Amino acid sequence: MRETSRQGTSRQEPALSLPKGNRAIGTLNAAPAEHRRFSLRKAQWFAGGVTIALVLAALLAPLPVVGAPPQEQRITISAHTFAFEPGTVRVNRGDTVVISLESTDVVHGLYLDGYSISTQAEPGRPGELRFTADRGGAFHFRCAVPCGNLHPFMIGKLIVGPNLTWLRAVAASLIATAGALVVFWRT
Amino acid sequence: MLRGRWLQWGITVFTLAVFLLVIVTGLFGTPAGNHNFGIVYVWLVWWALLKLLLVPLMGRFWCSVCPIPAPGDWLQRRAIITPRPGGKLYTVATKLLRRPGSAGARPWPKLLRNIWVQNLGFLSVALFSALILTSPLATALILLGFILVSLLVSLFFERRAFCRYLCPIGGFVGVYGQMAPVAVRVKDPAVCASHTDKACYVGSDAGYGCPYSNVLQKLETNTTCSMCGECLRTCNKDNIAFYVRMPGADLLDTRGRRLDEAFNGLMMLGAAFIYSVVLIGPDGPLKVTARAVGTPGWFIYAAALLAFNLVAVPGLFWLCVRVGQALTGKPKAVIGQFAARNRKRESLFADYATVLVPLGLAIWVAFTLSFTLTNLSYAWSALSDPFGWGWNLFGTASIAWTPYLSGMIPYLQVPVLLVGLIIAVALGLRTAHQHQQPSVAALPVSAFCALAVVGLLTLYMA
Repeated sequence: MRETSRQGTSRQEPALSLPKGNRAIGTLNAAPAEHRRFSLRKAQWFAGGVTIALVLAALLAPLPVVGAPPQEQRITISAHTFAFEPGTVRVNRGDTVVISLESTDVVHGLYLDGYSISTQAEPGRPGELRFTADRGGAFHFRCAVPCGNLHPFMIGKLIVGPNLTWLRAVAASLIATAGALVVFWRT
Repeated sequence: MLRGRWLQWGITVFTLAVFLLVIVTGLFGTPAGNHNFGIVYVWLVWWALLKLLLVPLMGRFWCSVCPIPAPGDWLQRRAIITPRPGGKLYTVATKLLRRPGSAGARPWPKLLRNIWVQNLGFLSVALFSALILTSPLATALILLGFILVSLLVSLFFERRAFCRYLCPIGGFVGVYGQMAPVAVRVKDPAVCASHTDKACYVGSDAGYGCPYSNVLQKLETNTTCSMCGECLRTCNKDNIAFYVRMPGADLLDTRGRRLDEAFNGLMMLGAAFIYSVVLIGPDGPLKVTARAVGTPGWFIYAAALLAFNLVAVPGLFWLCVRVGQALTGKPKAVIGQFAARNRKRESLFADYATVLVPLGLAIWVAFTLSFTLTNLSYAWSALSDPFGWGWNLFGTASIAWTPYLSGMIPYLQVPVLLVGLIIAVALGLRTAHQHQQPSVAALPVSAFCALAVVGLLTLYMA
């Protein structure tokens, strides 16, 4: 709503009695300030847009995947007392992975996130998983057969390299930080 | 609907029934956590609801339907639903001391009117978390302990002193509740200023005084407001309303923040990292050590957890604030201004800690996503067979464990963390500007936030 003075005249329209110079100075000072604010706002929106675009590019842009030639990887994972050993397994994208799951205490399972495949093993009877590691990134594998109190947290990790998912996420975080700094920075 | 009592009462009775079932199944059911109703419905279903939905969207609303303070409330009010005339409260002090004012009840000691005890409580629970999260008996005993302490406190101290000053959950729910897009606030402060009855504080025939001892006129953040609606019922000037607002609006004024809340944010951040390493990480012996309470290994683990939460994380954050201050290149104060300078440092430390609210909430959402979605399907079998005794009450006992969206989890975590990080950096700069510092002062704190997010991403995805 437009503010009005007690006399009913608009505040935005200077009284006629004011010296001309005052009005001119006020107008001259106000206009650049307003203009500066508008330009700043425009620059902020632009920087915000660029940041979002860069973050999306970092997360989604197709990248050439260069890695070792695919080969067959045979890995034996031992499961016992709420742990997989080794806890972290590294393969390359395109590799044919053969996991042999051996249990040394009770019945354990192995479910691989992202690939949605599973096997189980009991002492003396190993289980086997065979798949092509066609998706890059880190994937948790977890026990699929209740084996005790810490069962929900019996977790291992399969890293299919090059781990672009992690690199993309880290790059997006750094871009987001830099972008937020640029957008909200005041000189 | 918000002014009515039946909905809130109904939800509270339901949660109380679930709570009692949790305790009974914890005490008498199977010790296998994933087959026990107590573990599955507290640490998977309730925790996921709290962290993924209730706190981000409704702030501290859970507290208004929480079963833990309900029996104490009913005793103190001597009523289950309809309030007594004047919204009068009764405590043991009412009988013994017959003190005038405050409805005869004893107010909470001034020294403890902060969330330090809640912070300590949270840390204590964190020390035993690997045991509590996986042992139905431990979960039942700790919840039983909470309800007994709450009941005891309500016998001697007015209102919900347990929730506001003691509950370990209430501390972080209140701090993160500032991000919620809803709030209960006064419409026109001038009306409150001229209104001396303060029915919202002392109660009236229509309802009770604020259970959290808030003077609505002064309420500026969601930290201590559960949106229980008592003030909406009691305000006879109709000057209080439920608002939908911009998420995180409580954080826009970063000045005058409290050190206890700052430490809560730091501890929560540290705890999220510890849990991510211990529970979600691939190190089996570490998990076993964290659960083996009382063994030499556990004492080392406990010392490491305390050192990380109380020294490393706060120390690093303090250093960032100090470096930021140094970067501004302000001249050193003279010796006479030493005390004032220290006060300012403390205030800056607490004020910059507002960045930990969006950051911490995002990190906890990411952590919660990492284990709830993959284990949530245990809820079906536990519903039909709460004790793990082979029952099949609803025909869902045989539903096998199925991880939900397990391949999608990183793609859900990354956007959440990025949003939290961007808001945190923006808040850091806002804090600098509101303290008349140049933007460069916020650089170290922004780096701290980025480091936390990259660290967590590395734990989960590398």
